This record gives sequence, C-alpha cells and structure tokens, in this order.
Amino acid sequence: MAQAIPAGTKWWSGGKSPFNVEYGKLMMWYFLMSDAFTFGAFLISYGTIRMSSNSWPDPNEAFRAFPGMGSMHLPLVFVSLMTFILIMSSVTMVLAVAAGHAGDRKKVTFYMILTIIGGLAFLSCQAWEWTHLFGEGAWWGRNPFPNINGSKASTNFSNFFFTITGFHGFHVFSGVCINIIMLIKNLRGDFEKRGHYLMIEKAGLYWHFVDLVWVFVFTCFYLL
Amino acid sequence: MSNQATPTHDNAHTTFDTKPIWRTFWVLLGITLVELALATIHLKTQFPPKYVLNGVYLILTCAKAFYIIAEFMHLGHELKNLVMTLALPACLFIWFIIAFVSDGNSYRELRNRYDPYQVQQNNTKIAPAGGEEAPATPAQKPGEQ
Repeated sequence: MAQAIPAGTKWWSGGKSPFNVEYGKLMMWYFLMSDAFTFGAFLISYGTIRMSSNSWPDPNEAFRAFPGMGSMHLPLVFVSLMTFILIMSSVTMVLAVAAGHAGDRKKVTFYMILTIIGGLAFLSCQAWEWTHLFGEGAWWGRNPFPNINGSKASTNFSNFFFTITGFHGFHVFSGVCINIIMLIKNLRGDFEKRGHYLMIEKAGLYWHFVDLVWVFVFTCFYLL
Repeated sequence: MSNQATPTHDNAHTTFDTKPIWRTFWVLLGITLVELALATIHLKTQFPPKYVLNGVYLILTCAKAFYIIAEFMHLGHELKNLVMTLALPACLFIWFIIAFVSDGNSYRELRNRYDPYQVQQNNTKIAPAGGEEAPATPAQKPGEQ
C-alpha cells in the first residue's frame, strides 16, 4: 500500500522532492489526471444521452462479428481479444519498467518491442472493426442498427461509438509513437548514459493510462 | 535542475518485483473472463436481470481500474501525499456521474410527458424487437402520469 511518510524525514524543508518522484513523472501524473477528466466527460455525456433515450441499440447485435467468421453471431468475442491484447501489452510495458529499474538495457529493448507489437495489434483490430462497421453502414451521422425494442434508433449510438473509440485509438497511436521513440533512445544507449530509465517509466504511465481508459470504454460500450 | 535525478536515484536500483505484475495480470484477466461469462449466461438464459448485471459490471470495472492504477502504474507504492493529490480530485467523478446521469433520466421523462412525437417514434417498430431485453416499461403516453 501507499508508503507512510517516514518519521523524521523533512520532505518540505527543501533540497528534496516532497513527493519523492522526479518532476517529469509528477507532471505526467497530473497530465493523466486531466486526460482522465476529458475521457470522463466523453463517457458521461454518452451515459447522459443514453439515459435520455427510451431505447438504445443492442451492443450484442452491433458488435458481433469476428474476422474471417463471416456472419456468424459471436458477440463480445472480438472485443475480448482486443482487451486481452491491450492488457498483455500493459504487462510487457511494466516488465520493461522493471528491467529499467534493474538497469538491464537488453531486456528493456526486448519488452519495449513486445509492447509496441501489442499496441500495433490493438490498432489493427480497431481498424478492422471500424472498417467492418463502416461496411455495415455505420459512421458519424449514420446508424443502421435498430433500437433493442425494434424502433428506429437515432445516430447517437454510432456518433458516440466512433468519437470515443476514435479518441481512445488516437491515444493508443500516440502511445505507440512514444514507445517507438523510447525504444530508439534505448537502442542508442541514452538511458544507460543517463544512469536511469525514468523516461521508460513515464512512457509506461501513459501506456497504462490507455489501458485504463479501455477498461471503461469496454464496459460502457460493449457490456452495459 | 538539482532535483532532476536525486529523489529516485536513491532507489533507482532497488529491485522492482515482477511477482505482483503477473498476479495483477491474472486478476485483470480473471475479472474480464468473469464479465464475459456473465454476459454470455445472460444472453443464453436471461438469468441475471440486466440492471443487476450492470451494477456488477461497474463494480468489476472499478476493481480493474484500481489494480491497473495501484500495481501497473505503481501508484500504490508512492507517498500517500502524492496519492491524495490524485485521488481527491478524482472524487469529483462521483458527483459528475450522479448529476449528469440523473439529468439525462429527467430529460427522458419530460420528453415522454410533453413530446408526443418522441413517444410515437419509440412505439413505431421498424424491426422485430430483436434484443434480449424488452424495455421494462413502455414509454408513457402523453398526458399519462
């Protein structure tokens, strides 16, 4: 659990970082805090609009396809795969951070590569899903799925789906870019020269945040 | 820039235990599988009513979020003061969710009462009610309470 402050340590008397973290890492936390509010606003507006509708399309009908399975009815299977991929890449990221703590440059490289592959796999899955839904006639301003009670649905369903998963996907994309930059810096030996791998930790925080947001997107769009 | 490396430098080479990482991974995977199992059981048997399931999903989602933040993001091992500067603002979400979701609900009720077109749209079927759940309460007719 959270560390208690050791008695006798004067964190606030100068010369020390009161939170015992490096400046950049602290600021990454506060950035993620603000980003959480952005995503929160998106998801809560989705919840508000959904609450204000008498009926809503059934996610098990809209998201039931799996690549290569034709029109088989497989609700939740594909999105579970995406969730698994993202959790897995979060694990490899945290293993890269652990390797950084141990000062093991080769292991950092190895796990960063795995993390990047995971991120790219997730993005590919999302690209497939978007293409598939587009093929079904869904896009911003267009919604082919009827409400669960059989009445005609508004376009809110697809508008929110594409906006929020798109915003999340863009975060994944920038996370992959950051991870690639970290990998290059690690290959050049920048962190070894510097003596610590804090940059990997900061990139890791961002990457875990992307995973965290996905947990909420998954619940709000596919389960509820 | 003197504090650039000092604070974490002290423990830069302390070991970062990989055991909790894998434990967290199994917890996250387990929770996700439980969610999927519940959703599948509901699809086949309609058994746990949807509103019960929604509550369960929300609790499980918060549990997953807690594990990711505490273990993967390592916040559980930071100083308590730092944790509080993040946890206290996040409490705003509680108000945020309650306020906005109940606002949406109130808007729906008002429209069902005063907007006949909205009710008529909801009662016009364009497809067989395909879902697993029929709406618990059909929209009220205008004028009815």
